[in-house]
Amino acid sequence: MKKTAGQALHFAAPARAWAQRFAFLFLVVAAFALMLLGKADTLLVERARTMVTDAMAPVLEVLARPVDTVGDLVEQTQELADLRTDNAALRRENERLRNWQAAAQKLEAENAALRELSRLTTEPGMRFITARAIGDPGGAFVRSVLVNAGSRDGLTKGQAALTSDGLAGRVAEVGQRSARILLLTDINSRVPVVVGPARDRAILAGDNSNQPTLLYVTPGAELKPGDQVVTSGHGGVFPPGLPVGVVIQADETVMRVQPFVSWAHMEYVRLVDYELPGILLPASPWQTAVSPGAPR
Amino acid sequence: MADGSVAGGAAVNQNTWTRLDIVARSLSPFAFTLLLVLVAMVPFQVPGLSAIVPSLGLIAVYFWSIHRPDLMPVWAVFLIGVFQDLLSGAHLGVGTMVLLLVWLAVATQRRVFGSASFMLVWAIFVLVAAGAQSLAWLFSSMIAGIILDARPLFFQYLTTVAIYPCIAWLFVQTQRGFVR
Repeated sequence: MKKTAGQALHFAAPARAWAQRFAFLFLVVAAFALMLLGKADTLLVERARTMVTDAMAPVLEVLARPVDTVGDLVEQTQELADLRTDNAALRRENERLRNWQAAAQKLEAENAALRELSRLTTEPGMRFITARAIGDPGGAFVRSVLVNAGSRDGLTKGQAALTSDGLAGRVAEVGQRSARILLLTDINSRVPVVVGPARDRAILAGDNSNQPTLLYVTPGAELKPGDQVVTSGHGGVFPPGLPVGVVIQADETVMRVQPFVSWAHMEYVRLVDYELPGILLPASPWQTAVSPGAPR
Repeated sequence: MADGSVAGGAAVNQNTWTRLDIVARSLSPFAFTLLLVLVAMVPFQVPGLSAIVPSLGLIAVYFWSIHRPDLMPVWAVFLIGVFQDLLSGAHLGVGTMVLLLVWLAVATQRRVFGSASFMLVWAIFVLVAAGAQSLAWLFSSMIAGIILDARPLFFQYLTTVAIYPCIAWLFVQTQRGFVR
């Protein structure tokens, strides 16, 4: 190894060195130009990104498969060990949920009757698309996940991404067969939410930490740890009422939310196709003010 | 090619295959680095890992530009950087610039590496990686317009430095097996 390095040193001709130096300068300028281009936030960069992720999606899928298999095996073994205790716990929970079911059915009927009475418009329909997480780009500055579904599966930009626990993020870039989900925790993520029993409005803003913060809380709102956070539906991008998390810290300086999603176990995500009636969709000034905007 | 055409069909064939073989072998550090960038993106489903997953691209560029600078030319470094930036969703150009500067640092200090032991190369990597991560933080903060939290980057730095010997060992095996 040392020998080859030494040889290369000997044979490096001065002319070649100059050519390399020139190439280096040229490429540094090119990298700088790319930085500016990325900052300018052009469609071109996004298209290049989706092209690369589309091309690499099959490779990533293959790479992710053994990891998933091992993870499933470990999980299954653990489940086998806890079978008895889990069973007992599930029986108890089932009993409790039966009571809740009865309550929910009663409330649903009541709700329908009241809606009928007040002539409230019905909620638009929702369609779910399930996709597998195939890439977790990692890194210190971005919180996103690549999934193996794209425009051909009906994904569009802005759709909400859910796991079984709650809201995970939103579709930020869509390729043909892959898409990038911007997670709630990313520094560019902004989601309009309502908090607590009083349904105070706020914006859930990521800051690359695991617990996003609440901004622009309704003045005078008294939030306390334990308050539930759900999407508000303001901006018309997300359906209202998707579970997001609970407030874990609420003081004068900062309010933090612990999302329900377990970031380490995002194997599958469901994308919500929320079919808002066409009249609402054109970006009104009101909508652009509240909607999460388009980071990147 | 020229002497092949003089010698006749079979010789041309053999010559072409040999050449293809040589090209494939000399491309293997580049291809291997791209693969590592992809491997670093696999969702390992370990809590907290994704933020501190080591920058394998950095290790690869450092290793190959020290030990086989002929097989890690500056354009390859550039392509690796752009590939990584596009795929990871990070600010375009930041990773590219950092990798180029790492390549420059190695290229200008080649005399130091000429007879360096593994421990010394690793020790220098500790410094180079620190510089690279600081630059990445600086560029990203400048582009984002705010001071980004540097803590995840610090942990990523630690994992990168810690995993260096393993990746270097893998590369040495690759070099013995494929590269000529």
